[in-house]
Amino acid sequence: MVDITIRKRPRTEAVLTQRKFFKKTARGKVIKVLRERYLRDDVGCGIDGCSVCHDLRDFSLPSSGSSAHAQYPNGHFVLPDTNVFLAQMDLMESDLFNPPIILLQTVMEEVRHRSLPLYNRLKALIRAEDKRIWVFYNEYRSETAVIREEGESPNDRNDRGIRMATAWYKTHISLARPPVRGQPSRPSPTVVLLSDDVANRQKAEKEGLVSISVRKYVEALQDTSKLLDLLSAPGSDEVEPTRVASARQALYPDYLPMSTLGAGVKSGQLHQGHFNANQYNYLEGNVPVAAFDKPILLIGRENMNRAVQGDVVAVEVFSESEWKAPADEVVEQETTLRNDDADESEEENDDEEAIAERKVLQAERARREASVRQPTGRVVGIIKRNWRSYVCHIDSTSLTSSNTTSLSQQTVFATPVSRLLPRIRLRTRQAPALLGQKILVTIDRWDSTSRYPEGHFVRALGKVESKEAEQESLLLEFDIPYRPFGKAILDCLPPEGDHWVVPPKTADNPVWRDREDLRDLIICSIDPPGCQDIDDALHARTLPNGNIEAGVHIADVSHFVHPDNPMDSEAAARGTTVYLVDKRIDMLPALLGTNLCSLRPHVERLAFSVIWELTPEADIVNVRFTKSVIASKSAFTYEEAQIRKDDPKLDDDLTKSIRLLNSLAQKLKANRMAAGALNLASPEVKIQLDSSESSDPIDVEQKELRETNSLVEEFMLLANISVARKIEEAFPQTAVLRRHLPPPRSNFEKLQDILQKRKGLTLDVSSSRALADSLDKCLDPNEPAFNTLVRIMATRCMLSAEYFCSGSVARDTFGHYGLASSIYTHFTSPIRRYADVLVHRQLSAAIGYSSLHATLHSKSHVERVLDVVNRRHRMAQMAGRASVEFYVGLALKSRGKGKATTEEAFVIRTFRNGLAVYVSKLGIEGLVTFKRETQFDPDAYTMTVPAASPEAVGTTIAVFDKVTVEIEVEKDKNTQRGRVKMTLRSPVDSSTL
Amino acid sequence: MSSRVEILNDGGYRSDGRRQYELRDIDIDLSQQGTADGCCTITHGLTQVLVTVFGPKEAKMRSQTLHDRAVINVEMNVLPFSTGERRRRARADRRILELAATIKSTFEPVVQTTLYPRSQIDIFVQVLQQDGGLLHACINATTLALISAGIPMTDFVCAVSGGVHSTSPLLDLTTLEENDLPHMTVAVMPRTGKVTLVALETRLHVDRFADIFRLAGDAGQALHKEMKRAVKSRATRLVGAMETGMKPPMGGADAFERDVVMEDKMSF
Ligand SMILES: [Zn+2]
Repeated sequence: MVDITIRKRPRTEAVLTQRKFFKKTARGKVIKVLRERYLRDDVGCGIDGCSVCHDLRDFSLPSSGSSAHAQYPNGHFVLPDTNVFLAQMDLMESDLFNPPIILLQTVMEEVRHRSLPLYNRLKALIRAEDKRIWVFYNEYRSETAVIREEGESPNDRNDRGIRMATAWYKTHISLARPPVRGQPSRPSPTVVLLSDDVANRQKAEKEGLVSISVRKYVEALQDTSKLLDLLSAPGSDEVEPTRVASARQALYPDYLPMSTLGAGVKSGQLHQGHFNANQYNYLEGNVPVAAFDKPILLIGRENMNRAVQGDVVAVEVFSESEWKAPADEVVEQETTLRNDDADESEEENDDEEAIAERKVLQAERARREASVRQPTGRVVGIIKRNWRSYVCHIDSTSLTSSNTTSLSQQTVFATPVSRLLPRIRLRTRQAPALLGQKILVTIDRWDSTSRYPEGHFVRALGKVESKEAEQESLLLEFDIPYRPFGKAILDCLPPEGDHWVVPPKTADNPVWRDREDLRDLIICSIDPPGCQDIDDALHARTLPNGNIEAGVHIADVSHFVHPDNPMDSEAAARGTTVYLVDKRIDMLPALLGTNLCSLRPHVERLAFSVIWELTPEADIVNVRFTKSVIASKSAFTYEEAQIRKDDPKLDDDLTKSIRLLNSLAQKLKANRMAAGALNLASPEVKIQLDSSESSDPIDVEQKELRETNSLVEEFMLLANISVARKIEEAFPQTAVLRRHLPPPRSNFEKLQDILQKRKGLTLDVSSSRALADSLDKCLDPNEPAFNTLVRIMATRCMLSAEYFCSGSVARDTFGHYGLASSIYTHFTSPIRRYADVLVHRQLSAAIGYSSLHATLHSKSHVERVLDVVNRRHRMAQMAGRASVEFYVGLALKSRGKGKATTEEAFVIRTFRNGLAVYVSKLGIEGLVTFKRETQFDPDAYTMTVPAASPEAVGTTIAVFDKVTVEIEVEKDKNTQRGRVKMTLRSPVDSSTL
Repeated sequence: MSSRVEILNDGGYRSDGRRQYELRDIDIDLSQQGTADGCCTITHGLTQVLVTVFGPKEAKMRSQTLHDRAVINVEMNVLPFSTGERRRRARADRRILELAATIKSTFEPVVQTTLYPRSQIDIFVQVLQQDGGLLHACINATTLALISAGIPMTDFVCAVSGGVHSTSPLLDLTTLEENDLPHMTVAVMPRTGKVTLVALETRLHVDRFADIFRLAGDAGQALHKEMKRAVKSRATRLVGAMETGMKPPMGGADAFERDVVMEDKMSF
């Protein structure tokens, strides 16, 4: 029995234990809120061996602190102020920085109110095994609780609370170490208040407390130069005034105050949305908002007003007469701003660069007919920054000294790998050493007087083009968690390790409880070659009544991954396994993924089976779901299965089973297509690796699709649909489902127009059925690849599919547009997708095998988990694509042996000064730019390259034209950033243009 | 957007500084109010209710008279300033009627009504301030008011609310917590361990239900001690007043004493 007590609250001290405030509701009513606070004496200090708090078991701070700091020889504890976590999180996260830290509740709450992403990083920090952090709940401890005084700002109250807690620790430590008789009294460790707030430091010193600024503190540590770089750029609130700051003129308009933004958005005068930078033109961006069909266009630096990709911004829309069409020109930051000086002491106003930029913007924009015009506007405030760490290269030209032994501080430019981000200005002493490396940089601030954001160096990832650096930078860029699994997670694995086997079948063995014995069924798996995490297997056989029994058997992951333990939380946070060309970042530890859960042949494995009775026409007679034990008879590759199926000499049960499955799959597919499912395409290429060790790419080839690919796909779809129906019926409020919303028609307008004008083809987008039919008709008899190209472009017009909680959206929006199914979920890959794990748990509860964990009854919990999973899926897809692109680059290099490769390509977009082309054989997109004037007709989607001699006729190139391009990978001279460069070879040679 | 207040933080503290199984401060006032036969004001955290009991007395309305036992009437009144938002609730408000009916049915099997045929016992519940746990505060106050009126009961009725945050059960929820968590109220008779009331207004998973149910039963015992202490100290004070020669203000003193003695004997 747990100890139940009644807490006493002295009513006489109501000021301390009660709080009264007024709150305004969404409807505008004012409500008086009264809250209590129970102050206690049992909140522990967390110092090991403390004699005062001895009855508390938890400790995380060493008894005499840390003596690693020269200034505090008696040992010390660090008690950071809130501003340390808000501004110096990279320092706090560094492996080199690990003093014992006392984290106050006041500080945590302030961080939480200021920034949720930072708060989440802080929480991860508390959990990290190599950090020594104790959370002290000072607001609940009677001596350290503070109340806001009359006229005191919340900020001042918090500062006072922090100082009060520092003082408390000081006395507490001396109380906890009573002098032992006969021994010289040991000096007590110091509690150091770490703060960059000068006022707070001064007050602390006046109260007799020890305090220090972060920079001063770090300077006296070992590894100081590495740590100093982690410090963020000093803000203007620093006491020493910066030299010319006051004299400098603002380059950007100031932001409106937050309250004005809130009111403006509410009243509809301002619009709120995510800022998207334009990857072709760094002087343009857009913000999709609910009020307009088309996103709001932001043209020029001033209008974008320091917004960075992903920020949530408030936008003011200009009057309709100023609306414009998006630019049709490629503008690259490197070329336009090549000469800008990184050192900001230079005048930044009307210098050459600004003039160059203005010229680009003013360049006669033949703004076209009203239909293509978009609303334009300007950013008036940032609602939420979404800054993270960015992978960058140092721009060598920005260095004042490249002497490698130089340790002088330099201001340099870091160019992010992503084209969507501005250059970042940073100060470092390691600049020469960082040239030619990939580095991680964080943006700290962006003042209105500075053209560029300012940031600081976090750490180096390694040499450019080394596989490790490229791989890690990719993982960081897409925010993929890739640390090895920790001990707490590995402890959740079965203790038998890889000796685990399905126990012998006995009546009382819990593993066999309610499990069907399907070990005798002729089951096999069909996967791509080299697949180690086999999560699905199939079987089919004819029943005496002429119908067919078909089964899909999925790895029973939920048998091993229990809700709410460390392994489950980690899998939920990872969301999915990420596949890069040469690496797989697992969602679950390898023991499960590639062994215990993998349905390998000739071993007994636990499975979750879906078994249908189908008519020979593939109509479902009935379906049942059961936990089972299976023993797969064989693991085929798609190719092997295909060969086996087609071999007329074979007539064994396994072959018959594959043939049966195949004939059913063909009928299922036909039914699906008749219902309007889309056959979409995405560029799929395969990288041939030399060997698994060297992972040097030899070549790129397009993925081949066989009948057996479609066989597996059809049955997985069928299983997913059947399971979705079952769990939605059992848990209408919290079922985990997947949907694909129909795309808004306006998404297709451009593609429709191009097809109409260039090829005389129409695209009917009124329904998925109509779209599927009209896509089938988009054919060019001379060009078989044309249809695939159109499909790829159509796919880009669509929304992406997403997981959702069934109780959170309207029932009529459950549908999956691409699959033309009214309901859908993911059940078939629990080893590599977390949503499937949740679905397994729900299905298991729906058939009464187990009870549903409480968290899966909570709509808000399911929504939260799925939000993370959706985001992770998007990121994993982008990372996979980026990885392929990188290897295509490497393959091109090795293939050409230094020479360029020539390939055929399709034009997919025309610009005033260039073409975007798609090389289908390599699955990559590239840009061809012209330096010479061209004639550009945006309405006809053509551009004409004038001939060399004035009397000859120029060459016209249009969207969908087939051209030949020369592809080479070149490094940007300044930043070493590798990029694919394409030059046109035919119909004209663009190298001279 | 989700609330920015953490219901249960990583350190195991709730938003008001309590831990999972800690109840809020309880203040019990049994002093006389006007002409009532028994009364009790309970301040449980920031929830405050005043219960007055009149009777048993001759039943007024013939139609409602029962020939073999007393009738219990419960009337409830929620004061408009009891919540942050000033709102006047009609006496016939559905929720108030329901609460009154719940209190009535909780006490009918506990009060020895058969001792008073053809009579009625009136219970008036005034809600002065609300911050979660309204029903359990009303029930506890009614128990004490009935005792102070000297009405014989087979046992105390001690109620407490409980909820579940993710998988961790919490006891005695505030309004903030009630708005966020599935919760229920359980009333137990501490001596026999019998449960006279389980009230659930939200969906709660059956496994969690068992946890909270058991916990609330245990919490009832803790409350019982607190309530018994209040009754005893009131009785002691009255006895002390008699000994110094002052007459107790109104009847009921010896009823108290008897009850306490009986209570002590029966607790063996
Ligand atoms: Zn201590």
